[in-house]
Amino acid sequence: MRGEKILLLGVNHKTTPVAIREKMALSDGYEEPLTTLKKISGCRECYLLSTCNRVELLMVVEPGAEVEKEIISFLFGEAFSPAECRQYLYIHYDEDAVHHLFTVAASLDSMVVGEAQILGQLKEAYRYAAQFGCTGPLLNKFLHKSFSVAKRVRTETGIGSSAVSISYAAVKLAEKIFGDLKGRKVMLIGAGEMAELAAEHLVGQKVDSVVVANRTLSRALDLARKFNGSAISMDEMLQQLDQVDIVISSTGATDLIIRKQDVKSIMRARRNKPLFFIDIAVPRDLDPALIDIDNVYLYDIDDLSSVVEMNRSERDREAVKAARIVDEETLKFKKWYQGMAVIPTIRNLREKVDTIARLELERSLARMPEMNGADRRTLEKMVGAISSKILHDPLIYLKSDSCTGRDNSDMRVEVIRSLFGLDKRDDKNE
Amino acid sequence: MKEISDLLFLSVLAVTFVATAAYLVFFFSQNIRVRKIARVILLVSGILQTLYIISRYIQVGHTPITSQHEAVVFFAWSTTWAYLSFRWRYTVKNFGTLVTLLIFVLLLISSVSSREITPLVPALQSLWLPVHAGVSLIAYGFLSLAFCGGIMYLLQERELKSKRFGYFFSRFPSLESLDQLNSHCLTAGFVFLTLGIVTGSIWARQAWGTYWQWDPKETWSLITWFIYLVQIHQRFTVGWRGKRGAVMAVVGFAAVIFTLWGVTYLLGGAHSYAG
Repeated sequence: MRGEKILLLGVNHKTTPVAIREKMALSDGYEEPLTTLKKISGCRECYLLSTCNRVELLMVVEPGAEVEKEIISFLFGEAFSPAECRQYLYIHYDEDAVHHLFTVAASLDSMVVGEAQILGQLKEAYRYAAQFGCTGPLLNKFLHKSFSVAKRVRTETGIGSSAVSISYAAVKLAEKIFGDLKGRKVMLIGAGEMAELAAEHLVGQKVDSVVVANRTLSRALDLARKFNGSAISMDEMLQQLDQVDIVISSTGATDLIIRKQDVKSIMRARRNKPLFFIDIAVPRDLDPALIDIDNVYLYDIDDLSSVVEMNRSERDREAVKAARIVDEETLKFKKWYQGMAVIPTIRNLREKVDTIARLELERSLARMPEMNGADRRTLEKMVGAISSKILHDPLIYLKSDSCTGRDNSDMRVEVIRSLFGLDKRDDKNE
Repeated sequence: MKEISDLLFLSVLAVTFVATAAYLVFFFSQNIRVRKIARVILLVSGILQTLYIISRYIQVGHTPITSQHEAVVFFAWSTTWAYLSFRWRYTVKNFGTLVTLLIFVLLLISSVSSREITPLVPALQSLWLPVHAGVSLIAYGFLSLAFCGGIMYLLQERELKSKRFGYFFSRFPSLESLDQLNSHCLTAGFVFLTLGIVTGSIWARQAWGTYWQWDPKETWSLITWFIYLVQIHQRFTVGWRGKRGAVMAVVGFAAVIFTLWGVTYLLGGAHSYAG
């Protein structure tokens, strides 16, 4: 690779306990840290990603510049000794950095592998970096590439499609029973946190209304208000069963609160419309024998966990596929990156112009068979002189040192490559 | 005409085979592009079947619905068009795979039965023939769709109840949509079935002088009709839906098949002209 380096430095949920991550200096907003970063000497381009699970910093540094120390003190402030910091930190250079960023973008490094949120966070961070003028040609290309890698992973593998949380699994099951969840009614029995979470997912699927039954009515009212629903007392719960389609139970009761007999008579009143019970309480609230009734579906917390577990193993298989895509894209990027250097660009430019000159010369000579050897040589010399004179200024421009002292050779390479169409053939191969 | 008709039948078989294969590929790969192709091929098959029936009509000189071969082709044709008309209004995930498979099996059965032309016995030379037999077979087309839906419902329901999700789980549609499909197809099928029996009865009065003579085919048609009647009645009164509805759709279809073939081969009677 070229003189300057791509440097990736960061901490994430795997390497660093949350107690440390909390204390890291970047708390709010991107503006302040980005402007500080930009001022670090030797930093040519930079970008910062900060989410609750990771803080990552991507930088293009001048050849020979030593910036690690400065960045570490920037990240951790004065709270930790450098040795301690290094223990939590991962640092990748060049190809490894590319590989790491692609892995993160593809959501292979996330706490919940395959979740889609990370890509949005990445894009947001990039927007800030671009807005404050921190990114340049290399990081622009690099980050855009990481978005397209993420997209490719999402379309070519099933990594994002499996239900890997309990409440998400419950929603998926409900969809298999009811099809569209629009217009369905949900009853929450007990106003626990888990029930709330599951209900949130269901409301996200546009269920019609939520009824909350709880021993203390005030808590039921609170929760009902949150979902724009209604609250009822525990005694009304059984009578309301014929009105709802999905029941999520999570009370602290030690005994069963709905028995098979209760539901059997209700099914008659419901004219056998399907009823989906989700029992996330331990010990269980709902009679396991409910499952024997036609058109009644009952899943307890263990059943849901095993659904999640099953999806997880399927997702792990997909993750292998995704990792292969990341490897592939890393190699492609490396190739592009190497081609971006000054020397290969000079070579490509010469090749291109020389080829054109030679081909045209051959074509013209073929039409002039009467020409003798001396004339022919003169003509060849002339064509050679024209092409090298045309090339003279672009080459000087490519090799020139920037007057501002900042090395902007990427920009110059980029200009020359697009002006002379040097990447056209490569694009077709992709 | 015979050559054209034979050629058409061969192309029907070939095209339906390709459609079935395409639907199976779609079922396993879940590639949307393949489904689009499969649908178009099935539509082509439906058109070819129509052309074949027309050519056969020209060839034999009456509605081709009397021999075993003709009746089964007509059955496949009505299933195909029932599905295509249904498809036009609803989508039920991966339903096409099972239906196309059934259509292909029906066409295979028709291809092995004799394609010889038997002259029409005088009793059948009537305008009632296409009406009575045609309407009955269209009813069978819808009922076979209900059967496919019922099978899918039972498989899917078992996975949901046992909480063990196999290969079909993600590929099959929701129970609700299968149940709705069941209800629609049964209603349509039942209306046609009733019409078939009524027209048959009127025709019998004209041809044999009596509305009903307890010929085995008539008896079994009535049994089939009652099975569906009970089911529809129960659905609208006490809400027999879901699993029970699906089981009834399968049982009803078994009765249909027995009426179509079992009666002819095992019991004989006034309806067994062919075979």
